[in-house]
Amino acid sequence: MTDRPTRQPFILRNPSILAVLAVLAVFTVAVTLLSQAYGSGVIPTSTVKVLGKTLCLALAAVAMDLVWGYLGILSLGQMAFFALGGYLIGQWLMYARTEAIVAASLAGNPIPPTPAELQEGVANQIFGVVGSSDLPPVWSFAHSLPLQLLLVVAVPGLLAMVFGWLAFRSRVNGVYLSILTQAMTLALALWLFQNDSGFRGNNGLSGLQNIPGLDGVDQARLSVWFLWASALALGLAYVLAAWLVSGKFGSVVRAIRDDETRVRFLGYPVEGFKLVVFTLAAMITAVAGALYYPQAGIINPAELMPIASIYLAVWVAIGGRGRLYGAIIGAVVVSLLSSWFTGGRAPSIHLPGYTVNWVDWWQVALGVSFVLVTLFAPKGIAGIVDRLGGIMPPRRPGRDPGPDQGALQEQEAKA
Amino acid sequence: MIRPLTVFVLTLLLAMPASANPALEAVIADNLDQIEKPSRRTVEPVVAQIAATGPEGLALLSAWTNRSLGMTDDGRLLIVDGDGATDAVTGKPVPAADPKMLRPNSGVRGVIESALVAGEISDPDPARRAAALASIARDGTAEHLAALRAAAPEDDPALAVQRNRALSLLTIQFDGDPAARVAAIEAMAGDVGLDFRAALNPLLATTRIAAPAEPTDANIARELAVGDDGFPREAAIALLTSQGVLQPRLTPADQRTALAANIEGGSVGGVAVADLSDPAARDRAYEALEASGAVPPAATDAEAEAALAAHRFFEVYAEADSDVTDAARAAQVGAQLRLAAMTGVDLGLDALSLASIYFLAAIGLAVTFGVMRVINMAHGEFIMMGAYTGYTVQTLIADRTLSLVVALPLAFAVTALAGVILYRLVIRHLAHRPLETLLATFGVSIALQQLAKNIFGTQARPLTAPAWLEGAITVNDVIGVSSIRVAIFVLALLFLGLFLFIMKRTRLGLEVRAVTQNPGMAASMGINPDRIAMMTFGLGSGIAGIAGVAIGLFAQVTSELGQQYIVQSFMTVVVGGVGNIWGTLAGAALIGGLSKVIEFLNPANTLAAQTFMILFIIIFIQFRPRGIIPQRGRAAEA
Amino acid sequence: MSALLEVDGISVSFDGFRAINNLSFSIGAAELRAVIGPNGAGKTTFMDIVTGKTRPDAGDVKWGTPPKSLLRMNEAQIAREGIGRKFQRPTVFEDQTVADNLTMALKAARSPFAVLGWRPSQASVEKVAGLASEVGLAAQVGRKAGELSHGQKQWLEIGMLLASDPRLLLVDEPAAGMTLAEREQTTALLVRLAQTRAVVVVEHDMDFVRRLNCKVTVLHQGSVLAEGSLDHVTRNPDVIEVYLGR
Repeated sequence: MTDRPTRQPFILRNPSILAVLAVLAVFTVAVTLLSQAYGSGVIPTSTVKVLGKTLCLALAAVAMDLVWGYLGILSLGQMAFFALGGYLIGQWLMYARTEAIVAASLAGNPIPPTPAELQEGVANQIFGVVGSSDLPPVWSFAHSLPLQLLLVVAVPGLLAMVFGWLAFRSRVNGVYLSILTQAMTLALALWLFQNDSGFRGNNGLSGLQNIPGLDGVDQARLSVWFLWASALALGLAYVLAAWLVSGKFGSVVRAIRDDETRVRFLGYPVEGFKLVVFTLAAMITAVAGALYYPQAGIINPAELMPIASIYLAVWVAIGGRGRLYGAIIGAVVVSLLSSWFTGGRAPSIHLPGYTVNWVDWWQVALGVSFVLVTLFAPKGIAGIVDRLGGIMPPRRPGRDPGPDQGALQEQEAKA
Repeated sequence: MIRPLTVFVLTLLLAMPASANPALEAVIADNLDQIEKPSRRTVEPVVAQIAATGPEGLALLSAWTNRSLGMTDDGRLLIVDGDGATDAVTGKPVPAADPKMLRPNSGVRGVIESALVAGEISDPDPARRAAALASIARDGTAEHLAALRAAAPEDDPALAVQRNRALSLLTIQFDGDPAARVAAIEAMAGDVGLDFRAALNPLLATTRIAAPAEPTDANIARELAVGDDGFPREAAIALLTSQGVLQPRLTPADQRTALAANIEGGSVGGVAVADLSDPAARDRAYEALEASGAVPPAATDAEAEAALAAHRFFEVYAEADSDVTDAARAAQVGAQLRLAAMTGVDLGLDALSLASIYFLAAIGLAVTFGVMRVINMAHGEFIMMGAYTGYTVQTLIADRTLSLVVALPLAFAVTALAGVILYRLVIRHLAHRPLETLLATFGVSIALQQLAKNIFGTQARPLTAPAWLEGAITVNDVIGVSSIRVAIFVLALLFLGLFLFIMKRTRLGLEVRAVTQNPGMAASMGINPDRIAMMTFGLGSGIAGIAGVAIGLFAQVTSELGQQYIVQSFMTVVVGGVGNIWGTLAGAALIGGLSKVIEFLNPANTLAAQTFMILFIIIFIQFRPRGIIPQRGRAAEA
Repeated sequence: MSALLEVDGISVSFDGFRAINNLSFSIGAAELRAVIGPNGAGKTTFMDIVTGKTRPDAGDVKWGTPPKSLLRMNEAQIAREGIGRKFQRPTVFEDQTVADNLTMALKAARSPFAVLGWRPSQASVEKVAGLASEVGLAAQVGRKAGELSHGQKQWLEIGMLLASDPRLLLVDEPAAGMTLAEREQTTALLVRLAQTRAVVVVEHDMDFVRRLNCKVTVLHQGSVLAEGSLDHVTRNPDVIEVYLGR
């Protein structure tokens, strides 16, 4: 166990990374071979989309785990970055597609359209529903895929940076910080709900499943492509996150989670570390959103109401925080179970005098099971995996594992 | 001296036999074709003559304007009422009549109604006089002014006040003598009534004109400079165009149409059609067409510039008399100032009532957070539970007042019990792990929400306030507050008092304060922190239930009711600072007040208002991370 | 010899309570100093001010040559200047191994990106191993700090302080909860450390202070009551009255 400087790549030092990558690869290949487009067709295209979306959610959960499980910030605003990523890619998808449609319809005119006329037509098409015909300034880059892709990471990253800088420098933490992140999400959602926000109010952006320039590709193939992209993103992000938390950086980050004040006295700029992790996680989440919404086809402000972010936290908690694979397990298991139960396909339970219809009772069951997990299995599903794998948790007499406990010790030290 | 005479005449008129109104008969006979095919411009003398003939005349006019007057082939007028009909002159029933119904247009009806109102001002029945005055106030005309001046003095004091007001307002609008109008305006200055402001507005209405020199005959409000705020260059050009001084400028759409109409052999004016996606190419093509005379020339920039330079721009009052407009302007400014002050008061009342609601919703949250450092995400659902308790009680007890009296303590009991159960089963086991408590209580929150949906359905349930709480307390046109909100304010005050009493005067309060300030020390003094925490949790949850009933009285009860208030409650606690009831009060006041102010400044958009509110809170936290009233002592330092 | 740390007339009050009242203090570059005083004398607040945790209402704290004020720096910047602090209760990162704890404390660039690019080198690994054996934890390097005994945690924390190699070391009640043998070991260590750096020890225990055999500063109600050798201050009637005589 003694740390010798190893020249081995860190992936080899962390067998769990290889395991996750292998499972992901097998899963992707299996789905591909069973898909309608490239295989036997056992899995319908809609299911492929659900699986692809689930991978994106798992990606968001990995980022959430970085922020919560490792850094100790219970951010209730992660889905704001997810939705922002979706909105930003959606801008290009919608603009480019509408542009093609408008160009086709204007081609019938005797005189070819000027760029301004084309843009006016696009703006009319997109913003007619909110009673506007001008392209808002926030759509200035919507015509360009590279610019908009850059914005997918830049805008959420910048938002996280500004918000984080404000919050961390005033040393807001714990429950206060959670509430503040929730407020940020709510503010963003309410702003997007307005018709004149430039994002079509509560109509949101739609038709995102149609990729401009790929009109010849059917949805069956597109869905598999997106599954590949999502799996690739998840794999890369997993390796990145695992690398981040494995070395001295990870040590410092976990130390901040456990006892922020002590880390400060070691000379580490705690706010800087928080800001780096928070911003990076926001960017990863935004990429997840940018991959998710083309598969979902539609995005609207309801997607970033605070409740969505809390669900993300729930997944990570059920999966097991502080374990990257736990986050993936939690997101995959809970979101798939949720869609199964709420999709009406789960068989009802017939009790004498009452029929338990899962569409009505799933939320109750989820809520209760969540309380139970918090109470009885604070390490979540990953805790069970650990036990099965023989990794016994360290014996820590008289100590809770919670990230909030560290500060208490400091309090006692002062007393 | 005039009054007894009028009364005498009226009595005489009423006492006269119905058949004997020869004056009316004569008027009808003389003007039969005017009555049959009336014209708005010429009908007035006839109507005045008919009205002058007495009650039968007025009844006829009333029937006429209500389109229940018919004319027989032999030129008699019948008042038709359902199946029956009576002769308009004699008042005798006419059996089996089939008259041609008269349908005067709205202009004619306006004339008739004015005449009617003028007649009714002098009606012996005060109710009809009041109705006539209301009608004048709603829609006065110059005829009304004359009628009011001519009418006998009013002896009912309330009606006299109304009539004087109507008279003044009509004088302002319709009097021919400017001095009288100015006097009337000045007499009413300081009034903030809607009617007064509405009477001033047309006097101050302006139009914009462009003229080479200052017009001498017009009542000029002010001269405009091009580029001023509210008068950009485009507006000036549009004004010149609308006055015919300047040719209309070429719009891109017109240009496109003109070009499309002149395509010859794949090019327009020598420019290939394919190149016309470039605006510069289009301009070139259009200029070529202009040169060839195929299209009319459009105004150029130079022409527009010259026209702008050659003209001055004025805002001109529609009202010609400058004395009147000056007086009206002064009165309007005065009214606006007073109005602003009153709007401020009204805004304050609104803010106060909103703050009361936030206070009620947040107080339980603040208490539990102060004592246990945990945020109860299910707090909103406790509010919802309280509202549903109120609803359930109302379905069982029909009497609204009684049901409210029962619902308030019951809601407290139900939610307090729920709080204690939540504490015993969940929160106690997560001591010192606030983030996990937050998530566990969130689990409870989604479960409770869905349970409520399963039990009560998704549609909104009404929780109706008793009759004595309906309506509003209105001070004037501007200041008003609904009774329910006053009641909620009183309720909030009550709970503030109750809470202060518990905290300062009871053993429980002492122990709660001890645990809040130093849990370790309190425990060593023999206080059981667990029991205290449970009691506070119950108390806080119970108050949430009360808040739920209060909120349910003015909002719809749905399973999402709690969610709408929970974030604001969090904000209240965070902004106010924890562990101190005054902090919660300050937080509620700040958030309530600020929401109302932002809403007032941006009335079209409550969503934007909420966004700004939250942004403000995020900024606020930068400067007061521990709230307005932070917790004191060294314990708060860590 | 110019002073390493110069605390000049600082005052601070919490809600009207004057925890520190016009306190002045200075220590040289290689000096051992004991600070004693009854509860509430302001010892911990004094350390809080020096380490940047609490801002004084008045006064200045100057550091190094040429002297610069510490008041405009935050805790992390002050720590990077070379001021280390050991808390009364051991505060180590229990979820991480002894080696990780020591590695984190090693003198190295502290900015996030520098840490991200940091790789263990032969030298760093040897340094960690050396520190571990110096504090008697050589056999425990791979274990999580949470599994150590109370005394071992104390030593781990001392090891972390050594790893960061501070120029000024603030030690809060090091003897608390230690066995007699451990106390002697600690005393020897502190005396040795003070040969190359400034060490301030806050302590209740007179025997321990006597063993340190150094200049003593007595705090009372937020100000310096007396200063000098232990024998000198214990003869001071004021000190006897407020502290020793009770």
